[in-house]
Amino acid sequence: MVLTDVLVGGLTLGGLYALTALGLTVQYGVARILNLAYGQFLIAAAFGAFVLATRFGLSPIITLFLALPVGFALQWTVYQLLLMPLVRRTGAGPALETDSILLTFGLSFLVLGICVAAFGGDLYSYSYLAYPVDILGSKVSANRLVAMVFAFAMTAVLYLLLTRTRLGTAVRAVAVSPRFAPLVGVDVRAASAIAFGIGGALLAASGVLISMFLPFSASLGVVFAMKALIVVIMGGAGNLMGCLVAGLLLGFVETLVASYVDPGLTVAANFTLFLLVLLLRPTGLFGKTVR
Amino acid sequence: MSRLTVVLAGLGACSALAIATAAPLLQGGDYWLSLGVTLLQYGVLATAWAMFSGPTRYVSLATAAFFGIGAYTVAVLGESMPWAGVLLVALGIGVAIALLVGLSTLRLSGVYFVIFSFGLAELVKQIVTWYEVNVTRDVGRHVFIDISQRQIYWQLLALLVSVLGVWVLMRRSRLGLALRVIGDDEVVATHVGIDTSRIKLMLFVLSAAVMTLTGAVLAPRWTYIDPEIAFNPQISFQVLIMALLGGTTRLFGPLAGAVPLVLLFEVLSVNFPNYFLILLGVTFMAIIYFVPNGIAGLLQRVMRHRRSV
Repeated sequence: MVLTDVLVGGLTLGGLYALTALGLTVQYGVARILNLAYGQFLIAAAFGAFVLATRFGLSPIITLFLALPVGFALQWTVYQLLLMPLVRRTGAGPALETDSILLTFGLSFLVLGICVAAFGGDLYSYSYLAYPVDILGSKVSANRLVAMVFAFAMTAVLYLLLTRTRLGTAVRAVAVSPRFAPLVGVDVRAASAIAFGIGGALLAASGVLISMFLPFSASLGVVFAMKALIVVIMGGAGNLMGCLVAGLLLGFVETLVASYVDPGLTVAANFTLFLLVLLLRPTGLFGKTVR
Repeated sequence: MSRLTVVLAGLGACSALAIATAAPLLQGGDYWLSLGVTLLQYGVLATAWAMFSGPTRYVSLATAAFFGIGAYTVAVLGESMPWAGVLLVALGIGVAIALLVGLSTLRLSGVYFVIFSFGLAELVKQIVTWYEVNVTRDVGRHVFIDISQRQIYWQLLALLVSVLGVWVLMRRSRLGLALRVIGDDEVVATHVGIDTSRIKLMLFVLSAAVMTLTGAVLAPRWTYIDPEIAFNPQISFQVLIMALLGGTTRLFGPLAGAVPLVLLFEVLSVNFPNYFLILLGVTFMAIIYFVPNGIAGLLQRVMRHRRSV
């Protein structure tokens, strides 16, 4: 009974973490830019879903499909407008990593500031599909289940997009070798911008899904960004399978700690797991297959 | 040429500092004293930040974590010990945590360190909150320590002077030379026999110790402290901006960045309290775009240009 609770809880939470981190791993793996503003944009998407659901009565599922193109366009623009000057200045060299970390850190405060100015610091939530469903004797709320189904569906679609299309192949080529991709006719900067956009679509979708079942506030962005970063590093940058496994792992560990130790120690559990992986396998769980 | 830059940056910082120092002497009222304390607070923090991040180029986002550790330790121990003892305990905790974090992340590439330091404040905050909820059953504490704003001011000034002194001494020692090599090329540094991880760790601990002390010294300024106040991530962000604006490799660089930005933030937070974070973010992004090497680097470039003309 309790075991199934942990299983189902871990699976829903882990699936969501995997989805949250998926966009970041695509962005970081391809564009080599660690987007610290990721979590803040995610919260902004959650606020968007909240406003659409409460003011206009729009179903979050419709918002979800709206969020995909909007998120893509927004992050694509962020790359083209805000990050391109840095890419040019540094010649995509090692200085880009530091500069872009700093810039996206600044950007995260800008987005946080906008969220705080518009909504204040309170927790927000709305009710959608908030009734329990029985799975193997364990009660889960329907919205969590819907979120999980969408999370796995989108992971599958992303996988197909990256492995079965021409565009996806180009993006993967840049991830594998940014220096040699131009030799086979891939425009590295365009591919990086598209990768940023894909990450944006995924982060907007995660934001909408999270808003369906978790109360959120403007300051939660840091927490989501941190969890996504941990999952990305654990799974190996740009590694989709690694991201999925690491996300599920994090979800299970967090559920275990929350149900058997103390819900107040989940961040500590995240960090312990992160440290363990770093010390034992510094290149991530699937480090060897990357690059 | 580079000496001239130092002189210029130093002059700016010193004059601002002189004004700040004069403020409490002039008995010019509490506002000026409070502004002086804030100037010193960020001056010390930015210098400490640059001490580690300047030469190693590791972006540390952990300032708030150490600052908070210092402040919260004082809030907890409060009057149970003499002031010097409280400071020592805070210092000890800060150093221990810095060692732990440094040992586990500094051997790895910079990105891991950034991520870890990004979440460190949140982590410490959660652990402290958990401890307070479960063990002491009381989150948030009142600070009843009889230390006036003026005393805080002098303590911070002493801290600033000693930090600058350590910086100068360090730069002139073998350690300073090793640091410059690490800053230029870490691979070369390892090949000439420099133990890069040990040196990075030393610097990180030193910088964290200063940040912890700053937090501890400032704690009596608040009458009430809870984990949310102590571990406010905004401090990490502001310190980072200041150090970067000034330039992280010159002695007075961080100070030269801290003074104008503290004043700017003061004006912004008074006039646009609701949009403060937005303006903070925009200021920071503008600095990254337009002053990538800080004021010190900018001055250096201007002078090189003049000379060549």
